[in-house]
Amino acid sequence: MATINVNGQEIEVDEEGYLVDLSQWTPEIGEAMAKMDDCELTDAHWEVINFLREYYDEYQIAPAVRVLTKAIGKKLGKDKGNSKYLYELFPYGPAKQACKYAGLPKPTGCV
Amino acid sequence: MSDVKKFLYVNRKAPYGTIYALESLEVVLIGAAFEQDVALAFLDDGVYQLTKDQNTDGIEMKNFSPTYSALGDYDIRKIYVEKESLEERGLTIDDLQHLTYEDEDDDWAEKDSIQVVTAKELAEIMDQSDVILSF
Amino acid sequence: MAMLHTVNKSPFERNTLDSCMRHALPGSAILLIEDGVVAATKGTAVEGKVKEKMGDVSFFVLGPDLAARGLGEDKLIDGISVVDYNGFVELTTKYDNVQSWL
Repeated sequence: MATINVNGQEIEVDEEGYLVDLSQWTPEIGEAMAKMDDCELTDAHWEVINFLREYYDEYQIAPAVRVLTKAIGKKLGKDKGNSKYLYELFPYGPAKQACKYAGLPKPTGCV
Repeated sequence: MSDVKKFLYVNRKAPYGTIYALESLEVVLIGAAFEQDVALAFLDDGVYQLTKDQNTDGIEMKNFSPTYSALGDYDIRKIYVEKESLEERGLTIDDLQHLTYEDEDDDWAEKDSIQVVTAKELAEIMDQSDVILSF
Repeated sequence: MAMLHTVNKSPFERNTLDSCMRHALPGSAILLIEDGVVAATKGTAVEGKVKEKMGDVSFFVLGPDLAARGLGEDKLIDGISVVDYNGFVELTTKYDNVQSWL
């Protein structure tokens, strides 16, 4: 099992870098994962990451990208609820990449 | 579109005792990406999948019942629950979760997804489906 | 549309056959396979229900599954047809759709 080092603590991740124990998540872990992808997290990123965490908390799943886009549009406005905006923030795929930093499993159906 | 097929997922098993219910739910969520005409049927012990207030803390399994509330986000608007199966188990629709979807053709009005149907009506629904996936 | 229903559980263990018969429309067919084949034999507690349903639904049973369980064709309810694997495939093509009752 792979681990990443966050503030001197070894955190277990799977072969694709997703957190193994969801309850271990802290914002620092999200930051550290992003840094490994050369991604600096801004408030705009956090808006999406926090949204995903809330969605998971309520429904126990990470939403598919289509569902995420629609839901973000409804909650944060049309200018953010589109794939252009979300892919600019998370070029590796908004659902896939943002879920990783949010400490969630990969969205169901994502390969 | 002529290439849209009517999919019916038939759920007949209670959750947690076997993997069927969770597997079905995962296939439904994955399948939703293909934008087909999807309906779900719950009959026999399958009706137990939709009960509210499920708490799995004591059995160390993930409670996946909150995920049914997300089905509306996945454009699943037809959830059929069989009347006879509820009655045989001493249940009513009030024992089930309230599941809804937002109708974009009606100013995003929130509408009920669950329809209680008789076995006879469900037989017709099965008959009119193009693809039936059984769990 | 006419449906081919398959049932693979014994009626003495589960309600699969009951549920299938409750939802099989006239003109459809029920194929008994695996442990489901026991419902095709004479003298069981479900024989009456099966015979009643045979009025408007055709019943088939998979021969290899019968043989594997030591159930000879002489034990079958009259009017239930035995098919082999090729017959199974032919049935799936003859009917418009297939539903598996598990």
